[in-house]
Amino acid sequence: MPASPQQKVLVSINSVSKAYQRGNQPIPVLEGISFEIVRGEFLALMGPSGSGKSTLLNLIAGIDTVDSGSIVIDGIDIATLNEAELARWRSAHVGFIFQFYNLIPVLTAYENVELPLLLTSLSRRERREHVEAALAVVSLTDRMEHYPSQLSGGQQQRVAIARAIVTDPTILVADEPTGDLDRLSAGEILGLMDRLNEEQGKTIIMVTHDPRAAEKAHIIRHLEKGLLTDVYP
Amino acid sequence: MFILKLLFRNAFRHALRTLLTILGITVAILAFGLLQTVISAWYAGANAASSARLITRNAISLVFSLPVSYRERIRSIEGVSAVSYANWFGGVYITEKNFFPSLAIEPGSYLELYPEFVLTAEEKRAFLLDRKGCVIGRKLAERFGWKIGDSIPLKGTVFPGTWEFVVRGIYSGAEKSTDESQFFFQWEYLNETLKKTVARRANQIGVYIIGLKNPQNAAEVSLAIDASFKNSLAETLTETEKAFQLSFVSMTEAIVVAIRIVSFVVIIIIMVVVANTMAMTARERIGEYAIFKAMGFQAHHIAGMVFGESLFIAATGGCLGILLTFPVASKFGEVMGNYFPVFQVDRSTIYMDLLFSLIVGGVAGIFPAWRAVRIKIADGLRRIG
Repeated sequence: MPASPQQKVLVSINSVSKAYQRGNQPIPVLEGISFEIVRGEFLALMGPSGSGKSTLLNLIAGIDTVDSGSIVIDGIDIATLNEAELARWRSAHVGFIFQFYNLIPVLTAYENVELPLLLTSLSRRERREHVEAALAVVSLTDRMEHYPSQLSGGQQQRVAIARAIVTDPTILVADEPTGDLDRLSAGEILGLMDRLNEEQGKTIIMVTHDPRAAEKAHIIRHLEKGLLTDVYP
Repeated sequence: MFILKLLFRNAFRHALRTLLTILGITVAILAFGLLQTVISAWYAGANAASSARLITRNAISLVFSLPVSYRERIRSIEGVSAVSYANWFGGVYITEKNFFPSLAIEPGSYLELYPEFVLTAEEKRAFLLDRKGCVIGRKLAERFGWKIGDSIPLKGTVFPGTWEFVVRGIYSGAEKSTDESQFFFQWEYLNETLKKTVARRANQIGVYIIGLKNPQNAAEVSLAIDASFKNSLAETLTETEKAFQLSFVSMTEAIVVAIRIVSFVVIIIIMVVVANTMAMTARERIGEYAIFKAMGFQAHHIAGMVFGESLFIAATGGCLGILLTFPVASKFGEVMGNYFPVFQVDRSTIYMDLLFSLIVGGVAGIFPAWRAVRIKIADGLRRIG
C-alpha cells in the first residue's frame, strides 16, 4: 500500500531478498519484499514462525544485511554502509525493544538506560537529564537504582523501552515485546508503546504473534514463507 | 569510569570462579617470582663482583696453589693498584650441615679491596692485631648467636686439625647484595701453623685479588699478569672477579636452566587457565555482546570489554602475587640461608612479574575477544531466552 502524498515516507523497502545457508543449501527467507513505512507509523509484522518477520525487522534495524534490494531509511540506503558506519547509524537512529528485555544484569536500571548515551558526546550531567527523562516516561524514576533482578518482567521491559528511547531514535523496533509478559504487564507495555507513538510521534515497527498486541498498530502486515500476503486495515 | 565499573562488576559476576582464577594467578606469579629469585641468588656472587677487581689463580686448576712470592711481581705490573690474597679454608663448625664459607685472608689489603664488608675502626684494629682473630658476617653471627669475643673452633677439611678463632669483628654489607655469611681469619695464622705441621704447604695461596687503577684496563692487566708468569712452575690464569664467580655458577648451569624453564612453564599453565576462564565468560555473554553491538557499540568496544576484564583479573592476581613474593622470599631466604646467603627479590623480577601478568591477561583475552567481535548480532540475540 503506497503512502499518500501528504505522508512522508521514512522507510522504503525495495525488492529485498534474504536467504540463509544451511550447509550448501540456500534457504530463502524473504523474497522480493517491497513496501514503505511513513514517519509516525505504528506497524505490526505478523506471520507464523519462520515466515521471515524477525529477519525483516533485523534488516530494517541494520543488524543484518540484505542479499539483494535496498532499504532506505530517512534518505540513507543502509545496505551501502559498512559495519562501523552501520553501528554508528544504529546508535543514532534505532531503538531496540526485545522479547526478553536484554538488560545487562550487572547494571542498574539507570545505568542500563545510560548505556546508549555513552556513544554520544553528551556530558555526564546531560546524560543524567536524558536518562531521568526516559525513566520518567516509563514511570520508573523511583526504581532507577534497582538491578534487573530486582524488577518484575513488566518493569524490566519498561526499562528496556526507556533505553530504546533515550537517544531519541528515528525508529523503534520491537521483537515480540510482550512475548514474555503476563496479560496485565503486556497491556501496560502496549499502552506505553501506543503513547510513545501517539504523543511523541515515534515510528514503531513491531513483530508479534499476539493479535491483541497487533491491534495497537495502525497497520498490520502479514508475512508467509518470505512473502507479504495481507495488509490491514 | 562507567566502563571501569562495568569491567569490575562483570569480573565478579561469577565471584567464586573469578576469585579462584585470581588465586591461581597469584600463586603462579608468586612461584615465578620465587624461582627467578632463586636464579638471582645463584648469580648473587657474580652480580656482587666488582669490575675493579681481578682474580689470579693457578692456570691448571683452582685446586693448585700459587707461591705467595708472586705478590710483589704482580704489584709491579702497570695498572695494578693493590694486591691481596686468600686461601679457601673450608672449615666445619661442629657438623658439616653448618656450612659457611671460610677464608684465610691477608687482612689489611683484603679489607681495603673489599670496602663492601663494613667494620668499625675498632673492630678492624682488633682483627689486625690478633693473629687468631676472625671477622664474621652479620647473618652468620645471628645464625649461631656469636658475638665479639666468642671463641670459635673450626674443624679444617682442606687443612686438617681443629683451629681456634676469636671473633674480633662482625661486618655488615654495604649493599643488599653483599654476602653477610662469610668467615675471614688471618692468613698468617694458617701459614705459621702449616710451617710447623705441613711445611710444603706453607707460603702458598689459593687466589690473588688484584685491584685495578682503571677497570677498563682489566683485559690488558690480566694478560700482563699471566704473561709475566709464563713458563714458570705455577702459571697463572687471571680473569675478572665476575668471570671467576660465573665459572662456579657454570658448573651448575643445568640446574639453573631447569629452574628457569619451570618458572616459564608455570606462566604458560596459568595463561591457559585464564584463557579458559575468559573463553567461558565470553561464551556465556555472547548474547550481551550482541545487544551492545545492536546498540551501536563497535568491535573495539567489545574487544576492550573482554581484554579489560581479562587484564583486570590478571593484574589483580599479579599484584597480589608480587605483594606476597616479598614476605615469602624473606622467609624462604631465612630457611635456605645456608645455600643462598643473598636471597633478595630483584627489581627486574618484579618487572617480569608485572610484564607476565599483563601478557597472561592479554593472551587469555585474544580468543574470547575474537569470538565476541565476530558474533553476528542476529545470531547472538537468538541465544538469549
